[in-house]
Amino acid sequence: MNFLEAFRDPRMAGMLRDEIHELAGRRGKRDRPLSIMEVCGTHTMAISRNGIRSMLPSTIRLISGPGCPVCVTPPGYIDAAIRLADSGTHLVTFGDLLNVPGSHSTLAEARSRGAAIHVVYSPTAAFAIAQERSGTQVVFLGIGFETTTAPIAAMVDRAHQIGIHNLSILTAFKCVPPALHILAIDPELHLDAFLCPAHVSAIIGAEAYEPVCRAHAIPCVIAGFEPLDILYGIRGILQQVLHREARVDNQYNRVVKPSGNRKALDLLARCFQPSDADWRGIGVLPASGLTFRENWSTFDAERRFDLRVEKGTVNPACQCGNVLKGKILPTACPLFGTACTPSRPIGPCMVSNEGTCSAYFRYEGKGVPS
Amino acid sequence: MCLAVPMCVLRIEPDGTAVGDLDGVRHGVDLSLLESVAAGDYVIVHAGYAIERLDPAEAQSRIRLFQDLQTSRNADAGEGNP
Amino acid sequence: MSHSLQMAHGGGGRLSRELIEAEILPRFGQGPLQGLPDAASLELPSNRVAYSTDSFVVKPVEFPGGNIGTLAVHGTANDLAVCGAEPRWMSLALILEEGLSLDLLRRILDTIRDTANAGNIQVVTGDLKVVGRGQCDALYVNTSGIGVIQPAFALAPSHVQPGDMLLVSGPVGDHGMAVLAAREHLDFTHGPVSDTGPIYPLVRAALPWAPAIRFMRDPTRGGVAAVLNEIASGLPVDLQVDESAIPIDRRTAAVAELLGIDILQVACEGRVLAICAAGAAQHVLDAWQGCPEGRQSALIGTVTPGTGRVLLKTRTGGTRLLDIPAGELLPRIC
Repeated sequence: MNFLEAFRDPRMAGMLRDEIHELAGRRGKRDRPLSIMEVCGTHTMAISRNGIRSMLPSTIRLISGPGCPVCVTPPGYIDAAIRLADSGTHLVTFGDLLNVPGSHSTLAEARSRGAAIHVVYSPTAAFAIAQERSGTQVVFLGIGFETTTAPIAAMVDRAHQIGIHNLSILTAFKCVPPALHILAIDPELHLDAFLCPAHVSAIIGAEAYEPVCRAHAIPCVIAGFEPLDILYGIRGILQQVLHREARVDNQYNRVVKPSGNRKALDLLARCFQPSDADWRGIGVLPASGLTFRENWSTFDAERRFDLRVEKGTVNPACQCGNVLKGKILPTACPLFGTACTPSRPIGPCMVSNEGTCSAYFRYEGKGVPS
Repeated sequence: MCLAVPMCVLRIEPDGTAVGDLDGVRHGVDLSLLESVAAGDYVIVHAGYAIERLDPAEAQSRIRLFQDLQTSRNADAGEGNP
Repeated sequence: MSHSLQMAHGGGGRLSRELIEAEILPRFGQGPLQGLPDAASLELPSNRVAYSTDSFVVKPVEFPGGNIGTLAVHGTANDLAVCGAEPRWMSLALILEEGLSLDLLRRILDTIRDTANAGNIQVVTGDLKVVGRGQCDALYVNTSGIGVIQPAFALAPSHVQPGDMLLVSGPVGDHGMAVLAAREHLDFTHGPVSDTGPIYPLVRAALPWAPAIRFMRDPTRGGVAAVLNEIASGLPVDLQVDESAIPIDRRTAAVAELLGIDILQVACEGRVLAICAAGAAQHVLDAWQGCPEGRQSALIGTVTPGTGRVLLKTRTGGTRLLDIPAGELLPRIC
């Protein structure tokens, strides 16, 4: 059985679209549209790829959240990675990170200057790369939300067991729930609900959203990434809003369990401890990151190479924070379209292919279909 | 973030990894984040790792829920059109 | 002869001579290459020819469905074919890395010979160089081709007009996904198979409706998305593409799901996109479906008055702009 196709049925999608229009109609006229933030970049991608915005009434506004942990990786982290690569260390990275700008350069540019940068799909590939080059230091660029942090922790655990000594991790892990708290209380955002990520939730569990949901009385609906999941999730949000409820509603229960993946969470707790983390375009959020615990510090690239990840510099004129919050349009940013373009992005809204600025750059003047 | 796809576990290899299948394509899957996965199970694969199981019964019941919703909508629409 | 290539194989001396005599002449030495003249003399049947060149660098050089040799012949021949020309002659230039396995070189030369023969294309001139280890990646191939233009065609994007229809000759994205899935450390088996293949048979099959065909292009790098945007750009039309009508191989779809790649941005190497007048669309489709190269041809969209956009009606029932790809295809986790 193909569990992707089953959740892409166009007839069912049409039916759910009609449901959403009816429920939105029942909510009646309001001053401003119902604002739903999809927290996760994969939701943003799926919404865009399936043209879901074009299926919704104008009374529902989908706001793209901080995007993905790649887009919010701060420039200082990229700078540190480039310094490592320039000193002869082999870097292993997910492809997503190649074009994220550091203060002065990107990993793609470093690679073109001759740096050894291996693009992989899975952290497991780092074993082979490290084993093939036993005399060389290999650093895996450890970025990710909980979904990706767990596989990287498993990779580290395995490297420890089989005794790979030339592999370490440069960490910039991010945790989703602390960011939700910050976003929920932002008065300028006026968020009415969160569409919560599918696969982060597979690790952290549905219950992880209870504190945010209760503290801010905001509906939190966990939805899968297929179009029917997303549409049904939006329908679920509308129902909560109509009934003046604010619950955690797990609509991806074919995968997400109330308490998450216990084995993965135990492993994460064993390897990592919470730490403050810098989110590009948002700033430092307390306890929103993960760093190695003391007894795992041999795998910590920062310690192994006595590396300091500085703050790095983003062009101070970058307005991504305001674009992200819907306060200004991308065109109001002085860098937009001149210093900052999809080929040479500065802020996270341009880094991400589906970021607001990137979409504006590519579609403005042509008109996004509605 | 976090692209992940459901794959069916075809077999477990001696090293404890699995061979996963999606529409005939086979790919190695690391199982170290899950307990006691067996051939025939569906798992959600992210960056080469199975991060959680997919419960086929829950998936089927969700699909039935969509179908029921459609049936009841059609019935409602039918009442208005004698 | 040794098992791997040495610098001296390209040095013009005895080893070069041996390599040419042992590997090149037996495969390509009939016709104009006989006697190894410095240039080929060709008898042109008409005074309108198409001339095209392309260089081929692919990693890995062998992949499911083909190798760099199949690409080198089809790539250039297909560029001629979409201009309405019948590919006839081809040059073959090889840049080989010192240490290249001679068995691999033989396999690729065999493929080039067989692929060219199947397409009725003569390799009429060529060159071979060897560069030091690390100065190229195994081997690079350049081919230039000359084709005879079929006068019935008058092809240009500016001929596209509202009411026309879009056709594609088969499943898209297979080549790019096959190559990506075959890369090291990716650990796929039973993955996609490249569609590398000839387009001219389809162009020939469409000849009876040639005047109704506005434009053709093979969606190579950048895939369907790039080609459709190139066509639409600057024209007073929109291309309306129906996602559910686009043929896609399920293995290609599966790998694209796993690696987070949009299939419409992935290269094909044996497909053609055509825009033709509505009245001829069904005839061309029938003709294509009657060819082995075009069994899975499909009508995938229409042309409407517009502003140079490519709009995709998604399978879900939404609409989005089909964007130009950013560049390098990378596996994503987000």
